[in-house]
Amino acid sequence: MSRGALLVLADGRFPAGGHAHSGGAEAAVKAGRVTGAASLGDFCRGRLHTAGLVSATLAAAAVLGVDPVELDAAADARTPSPALRVAARKLGRQLMRAARATWPSAELDALAREFPKGAHQPVVLGLVARAAGLGAEDAAYCAAYESVSGPASATVRLLSLDPFDATAVLARLAPELDLVADRAVEAGRRVVDEGVDALPCASAPLLEIGAEAHAAWAVRLFAS
Amino acid sequence: MHLDHTHDGPAAVSADAHRIDGTRRALRIGLGGPVGSGKTATVAALCRALRDELSLAVVTNDIYTREDAEFLLREAVLPPERIAAVETGACPHTAIRDDISANLEAVEDLEDEVGPLDLILVESGGDNLTATFSKGLVDAQIFVIDVAGGDDIPRKGGPGVTTADLLVVNKTDLAPYVGSDLGRMAADAKAQRAELPVVFQSLRTEAGVADVAAWVRAQLSAWAA
Ligand SMILES: Nc1nc2c(ncn2[C@@H]2O[C@H](COP(=O)(O)OP(=O)(O)O)[C@@H](O)[C@H]2O)c(=O)[nH]1
Ligand SMILES: [Mg+2]
Repeated sequence: MSRGALLVLADGRFPAGGHAHSGGAEAAVKAGRVTGAASLGDFCRGRLHTAGLVSATLAAAAVLGVDPVELDAAADARTPSPALRVAARKLGRQLMRAARATWPSAELDALAREFPKGAHQPVVLGLVARAAGLGAEDAAYCAAYESVSGPASATVRLLSLDPFDATAVLARLAPELDLVADRAVEAGRRVVDEGVDALPCASAPLLEIGAEAHAAWAVRLFAS
Repeated sequence: MHLDHTHDGPAAVSADAHRIDGTRRALRIGLGGPVGSGKTATVAALCRALRDELSLAVVTNDIYTREDAEFLLREAVLPPERIAAVETGACPHTAIRDDISANLEAVEDLEDEVGPLDLILVESGGDNLTATFSKGLVDAQIFVIDVAGGDDIPRKGGPGVTTADLLVVNKTDLAPYVGSDLGRMAADAKAQRAELPVVFQSLRTEAGVADVAAWVRAQLSAWAA
């Protein structure tokens, strides 16, 4: 693997549409569940161990060669909220576009043909990691990190939170990111042997409910 | 021969002039400029002026609502399926410059669903004087300012005023009321832009959007050539 390529892919400025999504933070802020750095930390920890773990495992399994079509269906089954499924596919499509320009690969072209309107973002992320010459662990780290970095930067905009505090939240989560990435790779290996039923299904009901409410707002800053 | 790998898959990548089926894609023109300067009003007027001679569509980038798209729908300047709204996550300039993926998707979907199209107008969510469109998203850009925003804006320059393919100074009808000196604005714009064109317009008068529409037609002829 190339550590340089990993940094390019993990960079929040990688132009794959993430900036328009809050990862549920906008709904949580409105509901009064995220009000500052401490509650942002709690929110991110919850997201990391639920949606983050599932995403990281999907990404790892995709790198390990599990059929993306099966992974995409499994991701659907693990995403009860239609709004979140739409957001995940949108982000998947945008990532696919950016990655096909940055790391051209026949596999990504095939995925784009199979899913012209986008596959779940973590599944695409796994194949992008392969195209970039990265491994399952790298993809798992990217997915796990994105699951918390998105809400953190959105909260800076939503609450005018001190950006240093938001970044400190992420830094303090680093040991847990390591843990989730490890678990995801392990689970991803099991998926290779046992099929997609071995994927974790750690759901976060408030994220799902919040996303549905959010999608119906007339005025919002973020797409999800 | 053009052996670009990106033509193998279903989605063309950003600036490619051709769609995957080999046909030439629509010309894409961006409209940027500060909030309230008259971008949506100019888009609406352009649609009315051009819709009988061209196949066109509009993408709006609202900051936190779908207001621009809804205004265009309410005014019925185009059928609803020809108007798409992109959400920008509180950063309208990011969506037109640094991370254009959602906008590219919107233009592609419009071409897929209501195409073939000759022209797509992309309106940015009103922003500051530094917001410009990426060349990966649009082929040409119009920067819209107005006389009420202060007649020193052309003098101040900035990427929009200085480099846009067309600078539109809108709401000239208001100049007497806000004490803006149009002659000075024209001279300052000339100093900033050298040979690049500037149009002074008022959408409240008979001539309306005619000069901008003529400029768009010229861009289209050059694109089709
Ligand atoms: N007086 C005058 N008002 C205008 C003109 N063009 C637009 N407006 C008004 O300016 C306001 C803002 O226009 P809009 O197109 O929504 O601005 P945008 O934020 O740049 O899209 C609206 O109330 C328009 O009706 C003009 O030429 N003259
Ligand atoms: Mg507008």
